[in-house]
Amino acid sequence: MTEAQKLAPSVSKLIDGWEVVIGIEIHTQLATQSKIFSGSSTEFGQDPNTQASLVDLAMPGVLPVLNQEVVDLAIRFGLGIDAYIDQASVFARKNYFYPDSPKGYQISQMDNPIVGLGHIDIQLEDGTVKRIGVTRAHLEEDAGKSIHDQFEGMSGIDLNRAGTPLLEIVSEPDMRSVEEAVAYIKSIHTLVRWLGISDGNMAEGSFRADCNVSLRRPGQPFGTRCELKNLNSFRFIEQAINVEIQRQMDILEDGGRIDQETRLFDPNKMETRSMRSKEEANDYRYFPDPDLLPVIIANEQIEAARAALPELPKARRARFIADFAVTEYDAHVLTLSRELADFYEAVVTASGGAAQGKVAANWVMGEFSGALNKASLELQDSPVSAEQLGGMIARIVDNTISGKIAKQVFGFMWEEGKTADDIIAEKGLKQETDTGAIEAIIKEVLAANEKMVEEYKSGKEKAFNGLVGQVMKASRGKANPAQVNELMKKLIG
Amino acid sequence: MTDLHRLSIREMTEGLKSAQFSSRELTQHYLDRIAKIDDRVKSYVTVTPEQALAQADAADNLLKSGTAGVLTGVPLAHKDIFCTQGIKTTAGSKMLDNFVSPYDATVVAKAKAAGLVTLGKVNMDEFAMGSTSESSFYGATKNPWNLEHVPGGSSGGSAAVVAADLAPLATGTDTGGSIRQPASFCGLTGLKPTYGRVSRFGMIAFASSLDQGGPMARSAEDCAFLMNTIAGHDLKDSTSINKEVDDYVANLNATAVKGLRIGIPKQYFNVQGLDVEVKARVEESLKKLQDMGATLVEIDLNMTEAYVPTYYLIAPAEASSNLSRYDGVRYGYRCENPTDILDLYKRSRSEAFGAEVQRRILIGTYALSAGYYDAYYVKAQKVRRLIQQDFLKAFENVDVIAAPSAPTTAYKIGANLSPTEMYLGDIYTLAVNLAGLPAINAPVGFDTNNLPVGLQLIGNYWSESQLLSIVHQYQQNTDWHTKRAAIAEENA
Repeated sequence: MTEAQKLAPSVSKLIDGWEVVIGIEIHTQLATQSKIFSGSSTEFGQDPNTQASLVDLAMPGVLPVLNQEVVDLAIRFGLGIDAYIDQASVFARKNYFYPDSPKGYQISQMDNPIVGLGHIDIQLEDGTVKRIGVTRAHLEEDAGKSIHDQFEGMSGIDLNRAGTPLLEIVSEPDMRSVEEAVAYIKSIHTLVRWLGISDGNMAEGSFRADCNVSLRRPGQPFGTRCELKNLNSFRFIEQAINVEIQRQMDILEDGGRIDQETRLFDPNKMETRSMRSKEEANDYRYFPDPDLLPVIIANEQIEAARAALPELPKARRARFIADFAVTEYDAHVLTLSRELADFYEAVVTASGGAAQGKVAANWVMGEFSGALNKASLELQDSPVSAEQLGGMIARIVDNTISGKIAKQVFGFMWEEGKTADDIIAEKGLKQETDTGAIEAIIKEVLAANEKMVEEYKSGKEKAFNGLVGQVMKASRGKANPAQVNELMKKLIG
Repeated sequence: MTDLHRLSIREMTEGLKSAQFSSRELTQHYLDRIAKIDDRVKSYVTVTPEQALAQADAADNLLKSGTAGVLTGVPLAHKDIFCTQGIKTTAGSKMLDNFVSPYDATVVAKAKAAGLVTLGKVNMDEFAMGSTSESSFYGATKNPWNLEHVPGGSSGGSAAVVAADLAPLATGTDTGGSIRQPASFCGLTGLKPTYGRVSRFGMIAFASSLDQGGPMARSAEDCAFLMNTIAGHDLKDSTSINKEVDDYVANLNATAVKGLRIGIPKQYFNVQGLDVEVKARVEESLKKLQDMGATLVEIDLNMTEAYVPTYYLIAPAEASSNLSRYDGVRYGYRCENPTDILDLYKRSRSEAFGAEVQRRILIGTYALSAGYYDAYYVKAQKVRRLIQQDFLKAFENVDVIAAPSAPTTAYKIGANLSPTEMYLGDIYTLAVNLAGLPAINAPVGFDTNNLPVGLQLIGNYWSESQLLSIVHQYQQNTDWHTKRAAIAEENA
């Protein structure tokens, strides 16, 4: 397939004749040591207000100073989605009163965001690839946190999070199903971690999504949308969108009208409920922040960022398919994170090179990932290194062990942490390839199973497999299966 | 000595260096004067005798050890808009009546580092919004030349303390004329530097793109000494400019008045409401400069009618946002028994902000609102650019531009000008802030009521040295800057 064919607009999957339209805003916390406009630390989980400086507290007279590191991180993201980088982006004030917004405004970007139009290709379960437009990504500061349950009749405010740098990534309304929405969010999640601009930790709020959902009849203009706020797990995102689609469909099928509003998802009740209607929405009175100069980005800064950019997931998938002969699906799974892709490549190298790409992929995605899942371990905590796994695969390739024995070897390796060669030697798991020895076993088996031999000769193919099994059993799995097949056919005649 | 307050800053530094008097004596002298005189002038919001004397003693030690800086031991007063660590910082508002700043503004820190002694914090219009200093929560400050008149504003306290010799130097801030107009009303020299020359960090914001701190004193020379201390780039203020700072004292005679081309904007001298006596004194001062060798060149500044409307959209718009932080949550005034957060916001702000501040918050909020933003704020910013270009075009043919600092002398206290009448009083000063240019006020005589008149000289960007130098030489040839109000002649 050509690139154009692959990216041709997919036919929307309709639900009872309704087309789902989804656009997504993602807030991702940028991986800086200090805040976007002050020197306070961004470390998570500290005592309330221990990371709130004079600037974060919005003391009279204080001024914001931009942490230049966030500019580099935003540029990196922009390059990662092939976007326009605005070389004179502007910070604006978004004015609203809220106790955890100490200045009475949030510093964000409005008319000139640092990252303009870009795109990202998402892959669905069935292998379909679809291109999703990213309208813009802009820098802004996070708010603090109100605490309502610790002080009788009063609320507490923790400003540790206030001023944490965020990149808000806004998509086009290009998604047509919950699957596409989840795939998009996962792709962005992979990308921001891949680029090292965010840890993507959803439990700590470093990566959260707002989903705008609407329904329409195909060919009609967009319907009225509702925004689902602050979803911080992939499961909640999927559930919330599904629940919201059903709610809107019920209203529309009854001839009702959708009100534009912001809704909150309640995972316990499996429902969304209204938080704020359009009428109640604030007039944010955006205007350029006179305390900050436009963010001027030189060509050299962009080119330096481009040069330092790691190979992106899409390019890496293409290379894996071309060089390592893996399937599109394999390539997709192996590039879900940069760490996994790096691990896989190290396994390929240790197992003998590109020719072993497919068998290495099978092991990484199969036995190895299964063992990690079972032990609830992250890749970086694996007891088996890429070199160990690759070393074992090399022994399969050179016929020292069979694939079946390899699973035993892998088990020992996982438990004992030794190399495959040590385990094979210690446990005597080396494959039997000596023709004479194998012939001797076959002869014994044939002698002991004359009935099966007769059955085979009379045309029952299954009997042959039974005999091979007997030989393998007698060799305690060590006989080379291919050799057994070949010699058996010769001996039976 | 009973007349230490009559010394110029240069004489004061020489007296300290040669141990004719100590910083403690000098400081005590001013504290005594404040105790005796300020009841009538009402210029100080907070006097800090203990801290001042401690700073004076520290200064005396440096002077004795020979490690003192140029201004070590010289007293000054800060406008109460500059944050001072451990000292109440009110911005003239009930909102901050209980606010003790946990940090020093950059200007304050620089003054401290230079060994200057802080006598206290002086009165101002609430959040610098006003031209009379009457809008202060702490009541009106009086003009030392006539206690029934205002000292101007918003830096009215700064002007009054210097004019009454209750401090030899004062810091001020100028958003639309707040240094130049009170300097004019009180017969002082006051410099509004180029935007970005003096750090705004720790200077309570009124309108961020217009606010600029600067010195107020009797003479250009005195101002030059303070400018040398407070000017400079500050990493804590992104809008401060990283440009080498001149030695303003060393440059006091560096600009030749002979051959200087002074632009006289036709439109400025035909303004309805320009007092005939003010006009006469300003023209006399220009004649004097002409006698000293300058050339007067008639010029056009065509955007004059746009100054007031443009300023009164941009400044309130920024103010409405800057003042949002005063919400009764973290510091400052909080209303009694709020029923919920909205009630807390509404009552805290309604009870603690004065009428002028509330008026400007409303105007600014309106100008930024959806549907009006383009018609008001965006358009005002475009006009602002035209005003700036108008000035830059003028500077192709002249070195400085002359104008009155204000169309009248000081108003009577309680004159109760309507807001629009009061705003028109700023006609000569607003455009300088909109364009970000430097400008200076120099005293050039009196009206028949013995109230001072000021000449304003507007320079091109970064021409502070030039402005100070021209005024210094004018002051070498005149004695207006040495005239003292009767109250200043009193001894403690």
